[in-house]
Amino acid sequence: MSALAAPDAPPRWDERLRWTLSDASVIARTNLKHWVRNPAAVLNLTLYPIVMVVLFGYVLGSAMNVAGGGDYREFLMPGMFSQTMAMGVMTTMTVVSLQTARGVTDRYRSMPISRPGVVLGRAFADIVNSVLELLILLGCGLVAGWSWHRGIGDALAAVGLLLLLRFALIWVGIYLGLALTPEAASAAWLPLLPLTMLANTFVSPALLPGWLGAIAEWNPLSATVATCRMLFGNPGRQGDSWAAEHALTLAIGWPLLITLVFLPLSARRYRRLGG
Amino acid sequence: MNSYSIVAEGLGRRFGETRALDGFDLRVADGSVCALLGPNGAGKTTAVRVLTTLARPDSGRALVAGFDVARQPAEVRRRIGLAGQEAAVDEILTGRENLEMWGRLHHLRAAAARRRAGELLERFGLSEAADRRVRHYSGGMRRRLDLAAAFLQAPRVLFLDEPTTGLDPRSRTEVWRTVRGLADAGSTVLMTTQYLFEADQLARQIAVIDGGRVIADDTPERLKSLIGGDHLDLVVRDPARLGDAVAVLTGVAQAEPVADADARRLTAPVRDRVGALTTVVRELERRGIEVEDVSLRRPTLDEVFLSLTAEAAA
Ligand SMILES: Nc1ncnc2c1ncn2[C@@H]1O[C@H](COP(=O)(O)OP(=O)(O)O)[C@@H](O)[C@H]1O
Ligand SMILES: [Mg+2]
Repeated sequence: MSALAAPDAPPRWDERLRWTLSDASVIARTNLKHWVRNPAAVLNLTLYPIVMVVLFGYVLGSAMNVAGGGDYREFLMPGMFSQTMAMGVMTTMTVVSLQTARGVTDRYRSMPISRPGVVLGRAFADIVNSVLELLILLGCGLVAGWSWHRGIGDALAAVGLLLLLRFALIWVGIYLGLALTPEAASAAWLPLLPLTMLANTFVSPALLPGWLGAIAEWNPLSATVATCRMLFGNPGRQGDSWAAEHALTLAIGWPLLITLVFLPLSARRYRRLGG
Repeated sequence: MNSYSIVAEGLGRRFGETRALDGFDLRVADGSVCALLGPNGAGKTTAVRVLTTLARPDSGRALVAGFDVARQPAEVRRRIGLAGQEAAVDEILTGRENLEMWGRLHHLRAAAARRRAGELLERFGLSEAADRRVRHYSGGMRRRLDLAAAFLQAPRVLFLDEPTTGLDPRSRTEVWRTVRGLADAGSTVLMTTQYLFEADQLARQIAVIDGGRVIADDTPERLKSLIGGDHLDLVVRDPARLGDAVAVLTGVAQAEPVADADARRLTAPVRDRVGALTTVVRELERRGIEVEDVSLRRPTLDEVFLSLTAEAAA
């Protein structure tokens, strides 16, 4: 191979499409390989849901009431599913900021690589990761006595909404990952975790003091949680704010809005990285 | 018709108040190796980032492999390779998997990517470690793997940003050999460095950068003669004889000797290495000036800058 061989003519649209798919699959597979080869990550992924279900479902759950009545663990599980999806933003953010610090992002940007391909690969790997996380969590829930009561169709719709939220948060993760150092990114769970709890994840907003309850009802996460409870047929009476009454609309609307805002923002940040 | 792989004209780039590039001009001929030499903060990385389409210039223009970096970035990207200041290697993958991944991202088919990875591992002396995870590689091996990734599609122009910084002397020599190999394969190489010695080893063209602009651009020989070649250092035992020693050194020096009274040390650039050394030793002995140390050494980057900026001011 001679160094001076001129590259071929610029690619046609069909070839570009093929490259996008091939780049996406290479990046997704590399990411999944990372994850499989990192025992700590695998352990984390399986142990975290078990610990959380035991901690919240059994230890704290014994003292918890569900507004409108019902079993606390039935109430809890949709909250845990949604929280796990929301915290998934950490995974995206950490990987992206590490790659940026190590110059991998710069090499991508200096190559004739398909930019949508890079992002699609990232998104695919993160979604696969989240699907596995969700499956493990569903299993834990079933063991703890949680179940769905409205048929498999509604249950699958709920899973779809959960993944929609995760998908929207990929763009937030990419945006923050490009903006933050790896140290800052790994510390981000600290502000993030309370945000996922200041919602209807673990308690009914109706039981919170007035203003906290209002924030909790409008938290984007609450819309997903409430809709999942409804679709799974789990207990948990909603408040009577507009947000609570339009949970389904918001469970679709919030992720779309987040995507609409953060997808262009992260694309712009990627193009202009470091000036 | 296009005999320069890199042409930069009046490139400017500011970050707030800092002028990282300030009228940066450079021409690098096809197939040659150019070292961009400068201290920390001189603007080397910014220049590389602009030339590799990673950052946009505020002013001026640049052609790489004949294409405008600001207006035809996609064409530029198809013809360049970049090894940045950090080795962009994936620690969790093996060396072979790293190169296969970059090969696939350069749109080689799976079989071709495998073949190319094997070739490069061989060529960069990594065959034995090919199937070990990069986490276990030494600094030098990581660098070479990173250079292999930059060289993956045998690019017209290669950009290497401080390829030896942080390496031990042996790894540095390995990387030097690698860079020579890349140039022999026909790529034009622009590498940055903080070491005059390294630039001298690898490049036929040295561009000295300071404050975001090129303040000297020449062959190593001419640059060295411009800045006075090697330096002769001597340390006098008796501080009272320092003045006498200055007189001796002045006789062979190309410029006024610099005296450090506390360290009893004198330094001056000399042209005729061995001749100057012999003369100085003989003269010192004749006048009975005792010395603790006499040595010849290459100028440091600081001295290069001092003499170049003095030149510019004169
Ligand atoms: N992204 C940036 N934001 C702000 N200042 C920057 C940025 N990149 C470089 N600089 C500044 O520009 C100058 C040149 O930096 P750089 O090109 O990295 O120099 P070198 O690579 O020669 O050490 C330095 O003063 C540096 O602090
Ligand atoms: Mg630098």
